[in-house]
Amino acid sequence: MPEAKTIQLDIVSAESALFSGQVLRVLVSGSLGELGIEPGHTALLSPLKPGQVTFTQQEGSVEHFYVSGGVVEVQPDHVTILADTCIRGEALDAEKATAAQAAAQAKLADQQAEADYAQALRELAQATAQLRMIQELNRRRKV
Amino acid sequence: MSAAAKIRSTIESTGKTRKVTSALEMVAASKLNKTQQRMAASRPYADKMLSVIGHLAQSNSEYRHPFLDARPPQRVGYIVISTDRGLCGGLNTNLFKETLKSMQAWQAQSVEVDVCVLGQKALSFFKRHQFNVLAQAAHLGDVPELSDVVGVVSTLLKAYDSGSVDRIFLASNVHVNTMTQKPRMLQLVPLLPAQLDQAPDHWDYIYEPDAKVVMDTLLNRYIECEVYQGMIENIACEQAARMMAMKNATDNAGDIIDSLRLAYNKVRQASITQELSEIVAGAEAV
Repeated sequence: MPEAKTIQLDIVSAESALFSGQVLRVLVSGSLGELGIEPGHTALLSPLKPGQVTFTQQEGSVEHFYVSGGVVEVQPDHVTILADTCIRGEALDAEKATAAQAAAQAKLADQQAEADYAQALRELAQATAQLRMIQELNRRRKV
Repeated sequence: MSAAAKIRSTIESTGKTRKVTSALEMVAASKLNKTQQRMAASRPYADKMLSVIGHLAQSNSEYRHPFLDARPPQRVGYIVISTDRGLCGGLNTNLFKETLKSMQAWQAQSVEVDVCVLGQKALSFFKRHQFNVLAQAAHLGDVPELSDVVGVVSTLLKAYDSGSVDRIFLASNVHVNTMTQKPRMLQLVPLLPAQLDQAPDHWDYIYEPDAKVVMDTLLNRYIECEVYQGMIENIACEQAARMMAMKNATDNAGDIIDSLRLAYNKVRQASITQELSEIVAGAEAV
């Protein structure tokens, strides 16, 4: 069997380096929509929305990460994800995410706290993205 | 006898000082490990960021970010990172000396200097030397938050954008190893070509949504991240320097106690000899 084409992926957050290795393809949620990146992709630079980073490793296993935002840089032979915060899919906490979502919604409903509107909106987007990812992971596990 | 009593009390007080310094040494040693780990953990992010910006600077974008172009300096800004507390050897003094040297070089070319300080020691130093302190933050603790840094950094970045500051430097200590810490002056803005590796080919990124937004986000984040990394590193330096300083102090206290004890024994022996000879002389007289 011929060797499959791979691309070097590095995921780093301000706290630590989370992943570094050769992968077959990467899926990220860019600010303008979902991006699928395969080896040989043209150079691209885009901010990230809160959401999933999914990649397929050489042996075929699929890994999921949650990122709260950041930047993705694509070069034909490597992808670098500079994440604000990044959590491995399995480590996501559904209860915490639900609580964060409720808190953010409460903040949005509170008309007085107008100064923090953008912040609350961001928190809500992050919590919702986490929940969506947890649900998706659970569904996949059941199948 | 009074000479002996005096020496004895000095030995006691030196012994107490030694206890304090050795306790401080142990505290610093235990904190050092944690701070070094934190420093190592956040370094890959800064490194990757720099390499992405390196690519960005070489790309032939239609939008040229002001952070990438140098203009003749009329006013420069320094971000100085120091510790909040003393008792860490020459760490702060060396840094300030180096910073002053570099500032005076600018002033000699009649370029004005502004300062932003992080840390109590830098704050009081630059206030005392009557520098123009634009922004300050102190007592941020052992685990500073990125948001603590952002305020100070954005003051200078805004000044750069408005054209009132033409260069921004970061003065902080670099953790070489536990024994050595070196002061470093890093030019943050505009980015130096030497910091970025060069490649000759002509190409450009696809930017989503557009070049300006992406570059603004990335470069601002890079500067913040570099300053934050400097703070984390400075904390590791502080603990390492304090550990070494306190270890030296403990050793010195031990040496002093040894020599004092020798002096004490000599005095004691001399007084015994004197008393004996007095008794013998007295007995002979009788």
